Amino acid sequence: MSLIFALAGNQNCGKTTLFNQLTGSHQHVGNFPGVTVERKEGQIKDHPGNTVVDLPGIYSLSPYTAEEVVTRDFLLRDKPDAIINIVAATNIERNLYLTLQLMELRMPMVLALNMMDEVTKSGGSIDVLALSRELGIDVVPIVASRGEGIHELVDRAIAVAQEKRLPARQDFCTGEVHKAIHAISHIIEDHAREAGVPLRFAATKLVEGDEPMLQTLNIHEGDVEIIRHIVCDMEQALGTDREAALADMRYEYITALVAKTVVKPQATAEQQRSLKIDQVLTHKYFSIPIFLGVMLLIFWLTFSVIGGTLSDWMGVGIERLTTLVENALVAARVSPVLRSLIIDGAFAGVGSVLSFLPIIVVLFFFLSMLEDSGYMARVAFVMDSLLRKIGLSGRSFVPMLIGFGCSVPAVMATRTLPGERDKRMTILLIPFMSCSAKLPIYAVFSAAFFPDYSGLVMMALYIFGIITGILAGLLLKNTVFRGNPVPFVMELPAYRLPGLQSTLLHMWQKAKDFIVRAFTIIFVASIAVWLLQSLDFGFNMVSDGSESMLAAMGRWIAPVFAPLGFGNWQSVAALITGLCAKETVVSTFIQLTGATGTAELAAALPGFFTPLQATSFLVFTLLYMPCVAAMAAVRREMGSGLKALGLMVFQTGIAWIMAFLVYTAGLALGL
Amino acid sequence: MTLDELSIGQSAVVTAVGGEGALRRRLLDMGITPKTSVLMRKKAPMGDPVEICLRGYELTLRLEDARKIEIRRAKA
Repeated sequence: MSLIFALAGNQNCGKTTLFNQLTGSHQHVGNFPGVTVERKEGQIKDHPGNTVVDLPGIYSLSPYTAEEVVTRDFLLRDKPDAIINIVAATNIERNLYLTLQLMELRMPMVLALNMMDEVTKSGGSIDVLALSRELGIDVVPIVASRGEGIHELVDRAIAVAQEKRLPARQDFCTGEVHKAIHAISHIIEDHAREAGVPLRFAATKLVEGDEPMLQTLNIHEGDVEIIRHIVCDMEQALGTDREAALADMRYEYITALVAKTVVKPQATAEQQRSLKIDQVLTHKYFSIPIFLGVMLLIFWLTFSVIGGTLSDWMGVGIERLTTLVENALVAARVSPVLRSLIIDGAFAGVGSVLSFLPIIVVLFFFLSMLEDSGYMARVAFVMDSLLRKIGLSGRSFVPMLIGFGCSVPAVMATRTLPGERDKRMTILLIPFMSCSAKLPIYAVFSAAFFPDYSGLVMMALYIFGIITGILAGLLLKNTVFRGNPVPFVMELPAYRLPGLQSTLLHMWQKAKDFIVRAFTIIFVASIAVWLLQSLDFGFNMVSDGSESMLAAMGRWIAPVFAPLGFGNWQSVAALITGLCAKETVVSTFIQLTGATGTAELAAALPGFFTPLQATSFLVFTLLYMPCVAAMAAVRREMGSGLKALGLMVFQTGIAWIMAFLVYTAGLALGL
Repeated sequence: MTLDELSIGQSAVVTAVGGEGALRRRLLDMGITPKTSVLMRKKAPMGDPVEICLRGYELTLRLEDARKIEIRRAKA
């Protein structure tokens, strides 16, 4: 018999660690339908056929955030056989708040009491039996990070699900709230049964004033009016409003329960240690320099030490493989056209992106460490007031910063942001952070046009990108994203050593995701660019680049760029090939000018551009749409090809406008 | 007085939670309910947001949102 378990719990309670313990590495990662909230599921180890679905980390079953809504919908519609509710023993009061709401759903349920070791180590204790008796559900103490108690948890969960054993208790309230819930229960009983919604849950949500629930139940006008009266009476009797009344009721019950079952002499050792660490890491003056230092260290390790080295090896490996295949093709007397397609098209294109993979993976390793250690939340705390001005929160800071390395992991890192709005807006702004693949372009152009100021020019470009990003953010905030941002009311979890297993698993999933999603599109784009570059419209191989389809396209599109000062087809051709990977802009110029290397190219470039035109070209390169690999990531994280297309148009439009402004201003100044 | 006026290191008891919609619900869900005691832990380097301690955990929120939480200063 195959059972489905839902794993639910707060953020920072060790849910992912438990999920990994339950499933091992056999996980399937996807999205909940219609939203970009991640949905992971996997088979329970040693119990094949039994599935556990990891629900997003939430604090409540309110109808406000996408995460809460998908959790509700999943529990109500998919009706899993049992809920495994993970609760952090170190933070039991707030964690139990979700537990009480889950219990209203009247589903078989087990409570996994995590981090019990931290409680006992600091002299505290929890009377697990009493807790279980009071709540009327099974409680299993576990230490997810060390795998303790997992077997028992699984056994109990399966037993509870097979027996369909419901929580023995559902009434946590007394007095006025109790009266209101019961009165409403009577009215909506039939509606709840028809809609297939647990009665108790429905009644409680109606007392809270939950709009979606009102619609689900399809209650007629008269009854809605009666319900309103009942709630009004309750509000008057209590002297508070409906939402506060229920939150208060739940927390009051929990406070009493905790007083009976939990002995907590003081903050745990981990919490005390966190306070000490925070004296430095969120210090008034040190915090920002430390954060910048951490990010610099991550970039240095990624690009120069680990990722860079691995990338070089990967590059060598790809090169060897390419030579091997080329020799085999020659030996097999494959036609030169096909050979060029395979070698210069597929291998070169895919290879250039693939050799970037180690960098992406290493960046993800560090991102995962930042997140799991608890430092990411501190960065959000420290940086929030900067990003608030453009309508985002501090949580978007790290993904945007990663954008300076590579847009692909940066866009993928937005997965952990709460709410669709923040996520989408952050993704739209990431490409304004100039990625590292554009550096070779800046280098060649500054060597050609501003040899004495090349460092300054590059810095100016980065800053120009950031400023444009800020302007774009302000524009978005006041137009498309005028809606309500997710409230910035966020837990600062205790610092913890990230588990290696979780980190590696996370890294592997992201790498796999990137390869699977990006490979096809990169492959297709590489082939397409090769075809454009190598063939003319009669599908004959061209010997001169100026006869290719790409050149023709370049000539055709070039007038669009004439107002920006670079209406030559070579620039357009380079920009098009740059879509495969930005550094390709340089190699295309090399090819088209017949130069043998970047030095010769730098000497040849002044034949195409004046310094002002070159500046305009650089500005456009800085800002125009990201490469196909990044676009694949955008499409994935936004969950819609149309929205990704929107980003493409938005980005390229802004690039055109900014380059036009720079060029026009330059002309006006007589440059 | 309101929560944003509490100085660092001081404790207070929540008396009422204002605001509306998603924000208010979030504050309540996170355990900021009447009679809860809160401790002002620190302010972020740029003065905003703030970090408070309640129900045995650390929470950060913005000053403009803290302004919506009524408190009574705890007797020392």
